[in-house]
Amino acid sequence: MRELTYREALREAMAEEMERDERVFLMGEEVGHYNGAYKVSEGLLDRFGERRVVDTPIAETGFAGVGIGAAMVGLRPIIEFMTWNFSLCAYDQLVNNAAKLRYMSGGQITLPIVFRGPGGAAHQLAAQHSQAVESLYAYVPGLKVIAPSTPADAKGLLKTAIRDENPVIFIEGEVLYGHKGQIQDEEYQIPLGRGEVKRAGQDVTIVAWSKMVHAALDAATELAKEGIELEVIDPRTLRPLDDRLIFDSVKKTNRCIIVEEGWPFAGLGAEIAYRIMKEGFDYLDAPVVRVTGEDVPMPYAKNLEHEVFPSVEKIVRAVRDVLYS
Amino acid sequence: MDKTLMLSLYRDMIRIRRFEEEAARSYSRGKIGGFLHLYNGQEAVAVGAMSAVEPTDYIVATYRDHGHYLARVGDMNAAMAELFGKVDGCAKGRGGSMHYFDVAKRFMGGHAIVGGHVPIAAGIAFASKYRGEPDVTLCFFGEGTANMGAFHEGLSLAALWKLPVIFICENNLYSMGTPLYRTLSVEDVAVRAKGYPMAQEIVNGDDVLEVREVIRHAAKRARTESLPILIEAKTYRFRGHSMSDPAKYRTKEEVKEWMERDPIRLLAERIYALGIANEEQLKAVDEAAKQEVAGAVKFADESPSPDTATLFDDIYYEPDHHEQDEKVVPLEKRRQQASV
Repeated sequence: MRELTYREALREAMAEEMERDERVFLMGEEVGHYNGAYKVSEGLLDRFGERRVVDTPIAETGFAGVGIGAAMVGLRPIIEFMTWNFSLCAYDQLVNNAAKLRYMSGGQITLPIVFRGPGGAAHQLAAQHSQAVESLYAYVPGLKVIAPSTPADAKGLLKTAIRDENPVIFIEGEVLYGHKGQIQDEEYQIPLGRGEVKRAGQDVTIVAWSKMVHAALDAATELAKEGIELEVIDPRTLRPLDDRLIFDSVKKTNRCIIVEEGWPFAGLGAEIAYRIMKEGFDYLDAPVVRVTGEDVPMPYAKNLEHEVFPSVEKIVRAVRDVLYS
Repeated sequence: MDKTLMLSLYRDMIRIRRFEEEAARSYSRGKIGGFLHLYNGQEAVAVGAMSAVEPTDYIVATYRDHGHYLARVGDMNAAMAELFGKVDGCAKGRGGSMHYFDVAKRFMGGHAIVGGHVPIAAGIAFASKYRGEPDVTLCFFGEGTANMGAFHEGLSLAALWKLPVIFICENNLYSMGTPLYRTLSVEDVAVRAKGYPMAQEIVNGDDVLEVREVIRHAAKRARTESLPILIEAKTYRFRGHSMSDPAKYRTKEEVKEWMERDPIRLLAERIYALGIANEEQLKAVDEAAKQEVAGAVKFADESPSPDTATLFDDIYYEPDHHEQDEKVVPLEKRRQQASV
């Protein structure tokens, strides 16, 4: 085992896959000579050259479309968005082209492409640079959506995503890049559509992904002092969703809280809550509760921004609500 | 002049014309749903361009894609069946008029978001260059596309990376119902190439031989020097934007004037003048096309509708999927499986 940061784990995944398969290339803003806006691709240009680590102008529609075209004829592009906020410039490419080309062509087109980059809010970047976009993409049939919370998951899932034959939306946690974790020495992959129990407990199930897993784990540590044991489930892949893992946990705890960074209205947590209600209605001892980002464009001021995040305090409060304590 | 070539161009153009006329009739009879954008009047562009390139060169088209499909792939049965929403259609009835595909013949689709396919065409050309393959990509679009951001991003990347792609603007003077002088800040779309920069050319889109020559040179240059070009073909669509458009925004005089320059008639006159064929012989070619269209209608009529059990097929590539016996899985079950 080795200790790597989330950033290094992602880099290792890309380097290993680029080494393994000549069809894999990385394209995006600042990925090459600048070594990555967030240094995820640091050193890759030196190692693989300009043919396979391609700097682009600021043109999300353009280079997302170029990636889709290249994938249509058999290359396996990794398209980096400097942040997922900017992917909205390319939303037409991702939704109308990437997600639909296979279906629309009656199965003639296979589109092995990964779109990746940091998502979610960081610190005081204000409304246009602080948003969670996973619900926007998980909504779309034809896309797969991944949001890893740890370095080990980040590496294993990115490798699988690159080898997948479908368009994959890979949303990294912007504030997780420096997080450290243990990575096994041997090569490994993590299958898409499989979640993981990040902490076992019998009192309340918490479903959370990406950086919200860490908030949930912090809440679990705090509540454990009172003898309340949270079970933290990280679906890791948001589409396809491992709802079996969630149902099994809820059947045990009879209580569930979904924690997500995104806005509440029509957010992914609403779908998960519906599925739990439909599948596990008789097992529930309390309504499913959602802890989400507040329904507001992200403000700049530090104190206001703090109010928006789904914090440990809000999760703790929600746990008390579902326990009626 | 190459006699065989001239006759083959004529045949390809008249096939498209007769196909489109029948599509309009079948649409009126309710056999075709959705939007139907016809190519009447613009045949010389698709036919001239396809005749100038290799069958291994890639084609990317818009929603007005019947002509390009027939000129490249030629399968009238699959084309008509697709319009009728049948399983033998070129996209198994999933795409319809606006989304013809034949990936085996490198016809990479009809795309229906204006401009959205321009970066895709650049991407296909990027892949050819990446792999060191000699293939050129042809990307067709109308003049309305020249105002879309995706158009500019696609062209600017193609110029920056010197991609072997030929952008072919079919300027039919109207983006839907609005004349270009009210939508375009320039008279010729071709001038837009200057800023990227890339080569540009304006061609008479009613003259199939002129189109062929210009594309032939562009393809040679793209293949040997890996350079993009923007070609503007001045042309005219004889019908409205789609079947729901009576095209009242155009004067009768204007339409008449353009119809006198019907690209098919222009080619026929040239064929007569050169003594390649007489009227009777071309009539026979026309008659054969009509017969083929009638056969295609019969084929499309008889082709089954897609099995509802296949509704969720091909949303994703699933390696094991086709090994299962799909027929025995009822739709309700597939619906549940698909919604994970």
